[in-house]
Amino acid sequence: MAETAVRRAPSVGTRVKKALAPLPWIGPAVLLIGLVVLWPVVVMVWSSFQRIRRTGIVVGPNGTDNYTKLFDEPDFVAVLWNTVVWVLVVVAVTLVLSLFLAQLFNQHFPGRRFARWAMIVPWAASVFMTAVVFKWMLHETHGVINTLMVDLHLMDAGKDWLGKPSTAMPWMMAVAVFVSLPFTTYTLLAGLQTVPGEVYEAARIDGASTWRTYLSITLPLLKPAILVAVVINLINVFNSFPIIWAMTNGGPGYETATTTVFMYQLKASDIGESAAMSVANFAMIIILVAFFLVVSRGNKETDR
Amino acid sequence: MSTSTAAGRKPGAGAPKAATAGGNEAKRAKSVLGGSKYSQKQLWFGALAWVIAIVFVAPYIEMAITALRPKDELTGDGYVPSKFEWANFVDVWDKSTLGDNLKVSLLVAGMSTLLVLVVSLPAAYYTARKRFRGRGVFLMLVLVTQMFQPTSLLVGLYREFYILDLLDSYWALVLVNGAFNLAFSVWILTAYFSAIPVELEEAAMIDGASRLGALRRVTLPLAMPGIVTAVIFTFIAAWNEFTVALVLVTTPDKQPLTVGINSFLGAYRVEWQYLFAGSVVAIVPVVILFAYIEKHVVSGLTAGSVK
Repeated sequence: MAETAVRRAPSVGTRVKKALAPLPWIGPAVLLIGLVVLWPVVVMVWSSFQRIRRTGIVVGPNGTDNYTKLFDEPDFVAVLWNTVVWVLVVVAVTLVLSLFLAQLFNQHFPGRRFARWAMIVPWAASVFMTAVVFKWMLHETHGVINTLMVDLHLMDAGKDWLGKPSTAMPWMMAVAVFVSLPFTTYTLLAGLQTVPGEVYEAARIDGASTWRTYLSITLPLLKPAILVAVVINLINVFNSFPIIWAMTNGGPGYETATTTVFMYQLKASDIGESAAMSVANFAMIIILVAFFLVVSRGNKETDR
Repeated sequence: MSTSTAAGRKPGAGAPKAATAGGNEAKRAKSVLGGSKYSQKQLWFGALAWVIAIVFVAPYIEMAITALRPKDELTGDGYVPSKFEWANFVDVWDKSTLGDNLKVSLLVAGMSTLLVLVVSLPAAYYTARKRFRGRGVFLMLVLVTQMFQPTSLLVGLYREFYILDLLDSYWALVLVNGAFNLAFSVWILTAYFSAIPVELEEAAMIDGASRLGALRRVTLPLAMPGIVTAVIFTFIAAWNEFTVALVLVTTPDKQPLTVGINSFLGAYRVEWQYLFAGSVVAIVPVVILFAYIEKHVVSGLTAGSVK
């Protein structure tokens, strides 16, 4: 019977039935994604072209005025520049440190399991709470970092690290690196597990130096893990709001704000303009990730 | 990207288990060559790794120390307080809204986790078992949710829940946390379901079990490690979520713990000891839970982006 069913062209009814069969299984997932992920994208883009009162009431179409207003903000260029520096420095430093950490934590040493567990703490803990404890540790008069540096005679008196953008930004970047390291290191560690031991054996017999082995064997084999880690970090770091919000609120003024923080700050005064900033952020992430993927794919072609 | 790294491996390959085999062999070889269990070099590496491990934990130790400081020692510069004020961990609940915030966090994280399970279990099972039309599109859609962050859609989410009149409600947070954590669950569960031979289910059905009975008695128990991972991961993610809750919920006693702690920071005199007592209570359980699923987390976070 099955054979005849296959030979005969299926009727419209059975075809519809077949097309609808997955619905009870994947329908709820699709519905949830549509409602909470895709719809907001539409609403966001639409809102960016509307004049919206502070109460939330839509007054009417606003053309591209929200965008013009946004780009004309006196702080816009500075905030954009902060964002570029923030993302590039944090992701690059995280990757370099994680490559080192992955190598180190892949060694065989006493208590390795527990040492690795220590790295889990910043990963599992709330990023916001982690940022708050750093804010506390950097407190001008009773923060432990200042106390320690004074006791070690590195400084004469405590500094208000977070009061000035020139010192606040590096500290916040350090916190961003700190919370990104565990995921990145673990991803690279997982990548390292897949490098077959015989490859290293062969390299050693050939007399290759450790550094040489690392550059020509480990790194190329780690490349897929590195790619994924960088893409996920780019997205996370770009959207990293809690760290800056906890430590400086983006201030003084907008001097330590990234575009993500700026979007939140604008929301209080003009939702339409804030929506325009969101759309710009959204576009930037997509371009950033696409650019990175194209560049790294390009390298891959030349590798062969 | 077709090499077989942990990240590149398809979820179907029974992802988490096989990974360490190569590493173990290398280890054994080394310890045989070295004679003693660890070489001099390995001990130095170990010392360095331990110093770094302490750096990773240090901020949280300072957090706990501050939570235990008597009020009048917060402004001092001693590294350790003269005595530990355990009462801080009791007083914090009376002297702030953090008690309410804790309940909200439990409720929102619990409901989000339930939502993710209910939605992702059937989707992952079907995706693992069938090659249906639109399967690729569906997996792409799931990947997109993982690539979008709720933060980047913040204004859209705010506007949407304004339209739905769900601002200032738990449901908004449950929906957002559920949707944006769906991907992890789908990847992990698809991997586990794919690794369970369909013959096992068929055998159970020959023995007289119904299809659902076979699912319940055979498939679900075998996929349990994956389900536990998905549950813990979602719970922690929802528990730690800050930005969306900050924007969507404005009534203090309806806010989750993260946002409740944020309002401490705005106070004229920040009561750090209570702030951190609340933080410690929020962090310790999730770190323990996370340690339990640590081995599977990387594959869940990276599985989608490699294909």
